[in-house]
Amino acid sequence: MDTTLKVEDLHKRFGAVEVLKGVSLEARTGDVIAMIGSSGSGKSTLLRCINLLEIPNSGRVTVNGELIRMKPLPDGTAKPEDMKQVERIRSKLAMVFQSFNLWSHRTILENVIEAPIHVLGVPRKEAIERAEALLAKVGIAEKRNFYPNHLSGGQQQRAAIARALAMEPSVLLFDEPTSALDPELVGEVLQVMRKLAEEGRTMLVVTHEMGFARDVASEIVFLHKGQIEEKGAPREVLSAPKSERLKQFLSSTRH
Amino acid sequence: MDESLSFFLSIAPTLLAAVPVTLTLTFFSALIGNSLAVPVAVASLSPNPLLRYPSAFYIFVMRGTPLLAQTYLIYYGLGELLPGTWVQKSFLWPYLRDGFWYAIFAFSLNTAGYTGEILRGAIMAVPKGEIEAARAYGFSKGLIFWRVTLPRAIQICLPTMTGETILLLKATSLASLITVWEVMGTARQIQKVTFRVYEPLIAAGLLYIIMVFVLTRLMIIVERRINRHRLAPV
Repeated sequence: MDTTLKVEDLHKRFGAVEVLKGVSLEARTGDVIAMIGSSGSGKSTLLRCINLLEIPNSGRVTVNGELIRMKPLPDGTAKPEDMKQVERIRSKLAMVFQSFNLWSHRTILENVIEAPIHVLGVPRKEAIERAEALLAKVGIAEKRNFYPNHLSGGQQQRAAIARALAMEPSVLLFDEPTSALDPELVGEVLQVMRKLAEEGRTMLVVTHEMGFARDVASEIVFLHKGQIEEKGAPREVLSAPKSERLKQFLSSTRH
Repeated sequence: MDESLSFFLSIAPTLLAAVPVTLTLTFFSALIGNSLAVPVAVASLSPNPLLRYPSAFYIFVMRGTPLLAQTYLIYYGLGELLPGTWVQKSFLWPYLRDGFWYAIFAFSLNTAGYTGEILRGAIMAVPKGEIEAARAYGFSKGLIFWRVTLPRAIQICLPTMTGETILLLKATSLASLITVWEVMGTARQIQKVTFRVYEPLIAAGLLYIIMVFVLTRLMIIVERRINRHRLAPV
């Protein structure tokens, strides 16, 4: 199968702190990669370096075979050579955020059609048709004319997933999508994500939901202190962890 | 009392005729001033010092000097500079002899300073996550500004801008000092002609109160519409 996303030797420093110490990762089409690790392990930063919300100090990110061209700067940081390229690639990497980040001045429908119309240039009518189908798919079709603030957290996150799907992305990036939700709302979001995985979408999911990681992921990546400590098929990684750190982490998350 | 009432009635048509002047002064100054506030606010937030410092200085001067001084400077200053230049021969000249346009110019520049500062704060208050979402979806910088940052910032500072517009409406009375016969100027004229001190002032005051009342109601409707996402769902 094709490699949709390739991350090579990614380094990221915030001041003196090195958050990512050379991380490499590969997602083929249809892969669902769950990234686990304690807070501060760098998993969210890794996700945010992939779509360049954070600019990595060094390393290579390739999406659909296209390398994001970076220019190293004398102070050890780097910057994108061509913002237009970054914007184009970002539109192929739809992100779902922990705190939803829906545009609160737009209705749910407007949120979903906004980027397709203004970034991809999809005609309005077509964008609306697609958005309505997506809202139905995530189960909030009747909320299309509501504003985000009028929805529950679970509904907002499902709307945010619809917004991501509307880009017809190559990879879906989930940054702790259920961490800001009340416990009883987590299920509805995970259910939608499960459906997406079954459809064969390529997903990169930073999560604390071990059940989801075990059942849905094709691969689990355990990050520790900015490095990949262990990775592999969920059953192996979760039931027979090799590294001491992962054993510790798993025993602390299993209650 | 009867005599007073009939006096009020006798000056009413003259004063009412000046209401459109006050309203057009307010409308155009608010329109131009608030539009200019956008580049002022953006410049004041720019990382580029060549934009940031001039903008901060502009805001400082506009807020730090009396509006009357600004109005005089623009009216008499430009009035002294322009005659004898090409401007006098241009089609603009008929307008440029009229204090009305100088008043709008002065009030607009002043409003741009005040609203620019308000908008600057509002832009900084736009939730970072919403801007980040736009970046993550491939929005260009310009698109982020027009589609997310600016509309959100306007929502945030709208109540304050309503207050500014009310202040502006009353500040247009200064235009009477550069020969623009809006409501206040007309009242002063009536004072001089009739030798009555209080009635024209009271009548003008009443007109301002009515105008402010109507303006406030209008702005509440606009606020409800623009901030409907915060209200209960229908």
